Amino acid sequence: MKLIMAIIKPFKLDDVREALTPLGVQGLTVSEVKGFGRQKGQTEIYRGAEYHVSFLPKIKIEVVVPDDLTDQVMEAISKAAHTGKIGDGKIFVLDIERAMRIRTGEVDTEAL
Amino acid sequence: MKRPRLYWGLSALLFALLLALPALADDAAAPAAAAAAAAGPPKIDSGDTAWMLSSTALVLLMTIPGLALFYAGMVRKKNVLATMMQSFAICCIVTLVWTVAGYSIAFTTGNEYMGDFSRILLNGIAGHIEKGNDTQAFVLASGIKDVADMSTTIPETVYMMFQMTFAIITPALIAGAFADRMKFSAMCIFMTLWSLLVYSPIAHWVWAPSGWANQMGVLDFAGGTVVHINAGVAGLMCALVLGKRVGYGSDNMAPYNLSLAVIGASLLWVGWFGFNAGSATAANGRAGMAMTVTQIATAAASLGWMFAEWIAKGKPSVLGAISGAVAGLVAITPASGFVLPGGSIIIGLAAGVICFWTATYMKHIFGYDDSLDCFGVHGIGGIVGALLTGVFSYGPLSATDATPDGSPGGLAQLKLQAIGVCSTVVYSGVMTLILLMVTKALVGLRVGEDEEREGLDIVLHGEQIF
Repeated sequence: MKLIMAIIKPFKLDDVREALTPLGVQGLTVSEVKGFGRQKGQTEIYRGAEYHVSFLPKIKIEVVVPDDLTDQVMEAISKAAHTGKIGDGKIFVLDIERAMRIRTGEVDTEAL
Repeated sequence: MKRPRLYWGLSALLFALLLALPALADDAAAPAAAAAAAAGPPKIDSGDTAWMLSSTALVLLMTIPGLALFYAGMVRKKNVLATMMQSFAICCIVTLVWTVAGYSIAFTTGNEYMGDFSRILLNGIAGHIEKGNDTQAFVLASGIKDVADMSTTIPETVYMMFQMTFAIITPALIAGAFADRMKFSAMCIFMTLWSLLVYSPIAHWVWAPSGWANQMGVLDFAGGTVVHINAGVAGLMCALVLGKRVGYGSDNMAPYNLSLAVIGASLLWVGWFGFNAGSATAANGRAGMAMTVTQIATAAASLGWMFAEWIAKGKPSVLGAISGAVAGLVAITPASGFVLPGGSIIIGLAAGVICFWTATYMKHIFGYDDSLDCFGVHGIGGIVGALLTGVFSYGPLSATDATPDGSPGGLAQLKLQAIGVCSTVVYSGVMTLILLMVTKALVGLRVGEDEEREGLDIVLHGEQIF
């Protein structure tokens, strides 16, 4: 099992969700996060007071999938979240040791 | 095609008849009214009284929730409740101060500089009440032989309440200058003293018939000097004496929620119709003109600030548009009731562009931290409006039987306006400085540095917005 963690632009969330459903992804977790990469930040001006805001709002998606789905899911996310402009985000993949569905007690891939 | 035309013709005829009826009645009543006026104090007019009751409610709406939201939306998240609390607490404090002595000092005969103590605790305000009604309307006596009394057509309670809402908003405006850092205890003491010793006397100078500025002919319809220059200069003094916020110039002090500020500014705009049109103390043509120029100047000022910012900074900001609107409302305040729509456009545009410069550039050039631009918007906007009132004033609007020419604009009037502005700036500035020193000696003015970093909501009030 792999944990696929993707940081994307907020307005791309629906596209990503639609791209993942046909692959058989049964659920995912979404958080509103802030951060910066090469996009750096933005400048806000309030009555002449300028503030450089280095952390921009992003969406973090976490989804755990069986090993054989990893490549397809990565590709689907990167296609759906792509704009070609700086700040599109990143995808990370981590190993997952165990999983359990609380309601039924099913474990590992059964629980996904 | 024929029927609608007939219909319109008939309704026009009916409308004209309806208009003519009261006019005919007026003709018959006019000599009678003149005779009654000569015989005794003016009668209460229920239409005027209804409008003044409504105006009073509108002006209170400007402070709570209008100003509370406007200011709270511009501070940081940790100070939102404390900022709202300032407006709310000032509303309550000044209500009692005004009841105990403020009204008496401002609006009784007294001398040129302040009223007397005949209305302490509103003593005697029920003097004319019989069978649930005031038997005569309120008259502000000049107490001076050659100076005419000022008659109204409303009960004194309504006049007192209307003026109370002005006394409430003025100190509440000052809070914008010391946002994020003043002790609540210090604010309560300072505002009590300031209301009594600064607001009430200046209101007396300008609005009581015995006041020196009023006798001299300084024009201030709804409070350019009394309210806005007064609050603006007091705010500047507070900003200078308290010093900058911790982290000013380095920390991010971006507003927590500008949508609150937009709602607040919009409520201020609506409430301002009570402020300006209500200052006619009657439901008449002058009130209508005051309302008209208020709307026009506010729109012009908002656009003035917006375009100036668009050109200078590249984007027309929402904060700029609402700040410009407030600057326009401030500037038209002394002028409403004296100027016509043409003048109001110029007053609005001037206020929008000039206040954009003072709030955006001048503040940073001089380096004082007038956090929410109390001086930059209210002080400067008030001065622009007070001076331009002397330029654009249209005589017939302020004409009376005693002064058939009214107060037309011109060089002589401009000079009077400048005297009014300078006296307010000096008195408000010096007295505010003294009262700040007194307050500092009593309880200290600022919260500690750590407390300021933590935020006033939790430190002063033990609460958070969520």
